[in-house]
Amino acid sequence: MALDTVVIAQSTPDTVQPFTELGLKPDEYARIKEILGRRPTSSELAMYSVMWSEHCSYKSSKVHLKQFGEKAPKSDALLVGIGENAGVVDVGQGYAVTFKIESHNHPSFIEPYQGAATGVGGIVRDILTMGARPIAVMDPLRFGPADAADTRRVLPGIVAGVGGYGNCLGLPNIGGEVVFDETYIGNPLVNALCVGVMKHSDIKLAKAAGAGNLVVLYGAKTGGDGIGGVSVLASETFGAGGSTKRPSVQVGDPFVEKVLIECSLEIFAEDLVLGIQDLGGAGLSCATSELASGGSGGMKVALDKVPLRDPSLSPEEILMSESQERMCAIVEPSKIKRFLEICKKWDVTVTVIGEVTDGDRLEITWNGEVIVNVPPRTVAHEGPVYNRPLAQPAYIDQVNSQKVNVPMPSGAAEIKAAVLKLAGAPNLADKSWVTAQYDKYVQGNTNWSYLNPYQGAKLALAEAARNIATAGARPLAVTNCLNFGSPEDPGVMWQFAESVRGLADGCLEMGLPVTGGNVSFYNQTGAVAILPTPVIGVLGVIQDVRKRTSMSYKTSGLELFLLGETKEDLAGSEWAFLHGQRVGQSPDADLAREMRLIELLLEGNAFFSAAHDLSQGGLSAGLTEMVLRHNVGANISLSNPAVDLLSETPGRVIVAVEVSKASQLQALATKYSIAISKLGTTGGDSLTINDSVISLDELRTEHTSTFPRLFG
Amino acid sequence: MRVGVITFPGTLDDRDAARAVVAGGSEAVSLWHADADLKSVDAVILPGGFSYGDYLRCGAISRFAPVMQLVIEAAGKGMPVLGICNGFQVLCESHLLPGALTRNSDLHFLCRDQEIEIVNNSTPWTSSYKTGEKIVIPLKNGEGSFQCDDKTLAELEGEGRVIARYVGQNPNGSRNLIAGITNARGNVVGLMPHPEHAIDELTGPSAQGLGFFTSILNAMVK
Amino acid sequence: MAKIVVDVMLKPEILDPQGNAVASALPRLGFSFAKSVRQGKRFEIEVEGEPTAAQLAEVEKAAEVLLSNPVIENYVVRVEK
Repeated sequence: MALDTVVIAQSTPDTVQPFTELGLKPDEYARIKEILGRRPTSSELAMYSVMWSEHCSYKSSKVHLKQFGEKAPKSDALLVGIGENAGVVDVGQGYAVTFKIESHNHPSFIEPYQGAATGVGGIVRDILTMGARPIAVMDPLRFGPADAADTRRVLPGIVAGVGGYGNCLGLPNIGGEVVFDETYIGNPLVNALCVGVMKHSDIKLAKAAGAGNLVVLYGAKTGGDGIGGVSVLASETFGAGGSTKRPSVQVGDPFVEKVLIECSLEIFAEDLVLGIQDLGGAGLSCATSELASGGSGGMKVALDKVPLRDPSLSPEEILMSESQERMCAIVEPSKIKRFLEICKKWDVTVTVIGEVTDGDRLEITWNGEVIVNVPPRTVAHEGPVYNRPLAQPAYIDQVNSQKVNVPMPSGAAEIKAAVLKLAGAPNLADKSWVTAQYDKYVQGNTNWSYLNPYQGAKLALAEAARNIATAGARPLAVTNCLNFGSPEDPGVMWQFAESVRGLADGCLEMGLPVTGGNVSFYNQTGAVAILPTPVIGVLGVIQDVRKRTSMSYKTSGLELFLLGETKEDLAGSEWAFLHGQRVGQSPDADLAREMRLIELLLEGNAFFSAAHDLSQGGLSAGLTEMVLRHNVGANISLSNPAVDLLSETPGRVIVAVEVSKASQLQALATKYSIAISKLGTTGGDSLTINDSVISLDELRTEHTSTFPRLFG
Repeated sequence: MRVGVITFPGTLDDRDAARAVVAGGSEAVSLWHADADLKSVDAVILPGGFSYGDYLRCGAISRFAPVMQLVIEAAGKGMPVLGICNGFQVLCESHLLPGALTRNSDLHFLCRDQEIEIVNNSTPWTSSYKTGEKIVIPLKNGEGSFQCDDKTLAELEGEGRVIARYVGQNPNGSRNLIAGITNARGNVVGLMPHPEHAIDELTGPSAQGLGFFTSILNAMVK
Repeated sequence: MAKIVVDVMLKPEILDPQGNAVASALPRLGFSFAKSVRQGKRFEIEVEGEPTAAQLAEVEKAAEVLLSNPVIENYVVRVEK
């Protein structure tokens, strides 16, 4: 097939083009023709199709996500907000931290190891692109039931992939979560978060400005990774002799990325780039259009200059390729020599592929012929915007009106059994099997999001912020990864809209700006959508890391208190989940109270021996984790043990203090109007609750045998 | 006292190794794999990481780096050399040390705070420790299983050239729980766990790894 | 076009956990034929024209020094059409 150029497109307006196979709707195709004043070339069609896809254009979520901007609280700490590759927060002394979370769900279902690995690779590059040294990763993961065959297929591969890629980059995995629920069976979730550190002056943005400045592609060579629908175009080009390998799975090479990181940081240190963008989803299409659109608007690229791993790739395929470990930089001509030298030192492939131009068109040529000539903003930022219909799904009123009906334990033996059952539940069990594979958070109770997406999002935010404050750090900023089913389902769209509204309202009330994030739709198999899963990451700053509050205590004779009132909140609890009950009303988030609690925790950091906030599994799980951490038991008295242990009322923290400091704690609770009750004292080799005596050995066995038993 | 720390493409723990050298009292000198230049250092450390992505075999490609020629020559003349984790793998591939490091027997990457016993304190890297002293330092690798033939094992044990052993359960299938060894001359040491990550209580499980870096200072002073 | 192939296998006495893992997985999938499984590496080397004896000798040297670790691995060099 001959090359489809702009000249040819202008003279052949009636050529039938496979826009439907590429995922474009007829009205979108019509709009492209309107923008260009002619039919698009096959390369332009490929670019628009992938950049206007849900993943790249956020077309279903944009109208809702703008609330993060509209309701953004004023924050002096925010240096870079939504819109760039990642948000940047000032942490004092001229330093800044950048962080972001993203999803890589569908690829991980297809090829667990590479899907997870390239998910980590992608988010790390986003952080690098901001000018920061990536320093840590986190991975919130969601799977189908723990004992399902497909979970056994995907979980070990995903964990190995996260570890394999992250470890090779030298990035400690500092936390994450593993949650099991039947709705994820066909759609496991792999969200990856990365944190980076830099000085304020290091901040880099994705824009191309200054006519004559060079567009430089460096990193791995380009191959056929990740080309999905674009094969439709390629299949017309090649017959039997053509390349049959068009892997739709991206394959990562962490060594190449490690070298890319070191090479880039040296380049940044010498101030050699004006703008930079990493190549992630939609590869070169995205990088060129976003850089051009973020800058003065004009760019010229010679696509034939792109170094290829597979010489049989067509121009359309090169534009769509999602080969990993590639970056695109804008470099002044006076600095290119040094740029090339540094790449040579690290043995990184580097090629000048174009330059910034005056004017406002992105022009791409292939061996001198123009195959793309578009206004970049229409590709990158002015894609379709949908206002999808939403409707509260029928199940909401149904489940909210039902009351949770679970057996409540009574008597010493049943209480003990309940605590042990929770300790060994896959969602609460010890995850060392997973974390030991990582060179070394963020919760979102998805059951609450199912019952009430608005409150669920607020509660997830509160929990993440509380988590940070419990360690002694002040929460400063938020990133989020919103995982939902199909936006074409009005019920799912309603869940999404409510979650975003809840998160935006919550952030405004708590004074925490959203710095960026990711939306993953279409996590759905047939009619079964995943539970609405807003994953929230909160960044906080602690003035002196040596003064952080430990999660647990090491000595006996300390007094244990519970901050926050416990009500009978079993709806959405792990206890209810274990009994197959997903009904009831989620608790209401009381953010004003949560904020007072945060201030209390920050002030108490000065004299707390330990603090552990409660979440999934309530007081039972919290006590289990605390006693097992340093192997020091506790003696607890509860007036209503079943409810006290199993309820998951939000906004509660276990605090351990020396006897002499107890009155200081009481005073703080009064000052911040937070309920406080004495739980007991630390010591001994068992967790004793009223008459139930659970030896630490028994508790540990139950807690740590679940994962090895399930995943070997 | 100058201690060189080599960076190969993919090396991860060079910065922490340099930090540990300084904490131990010596000057850390950065050495680039492609430069055949030891910059007049008195000792060399090959740090941990995934040099060359562990392509082919761990350390198999790094072993041929220009700087390694000089390291091999210097080691032959008695210069103290310490290989940590990936560095240990490079030393074995270079035949500066016998045996080889292979895949962990349970096939998983393992990262944990590992107790080891120092069983030979007569090398320039272990002199700060007492024989039999037990320390806890991080172990983090996928290919840490020390293997060698029976003859080599008999030599190592018979000549007292095992310098550290894992305490408790064998974390990776290493023969005789071997966590570290030295060459016949006693100047080249390979160690699988990471002492450079245990030099202060804030950032490590203990400060018990610092001894490797104070030992070398003493060795020079003599 | 003929190519030179180098097969590298762990020495018989060396533990092969990957081979063992494969051997365990086969019966789980319904395959009962294997008494044991060992996993190795295969290098395919293309040269200009047909491989000469001199080239094969060089490949042997390369196999000894780079492609295999003689401490724990054996290798075999041959020509495949």
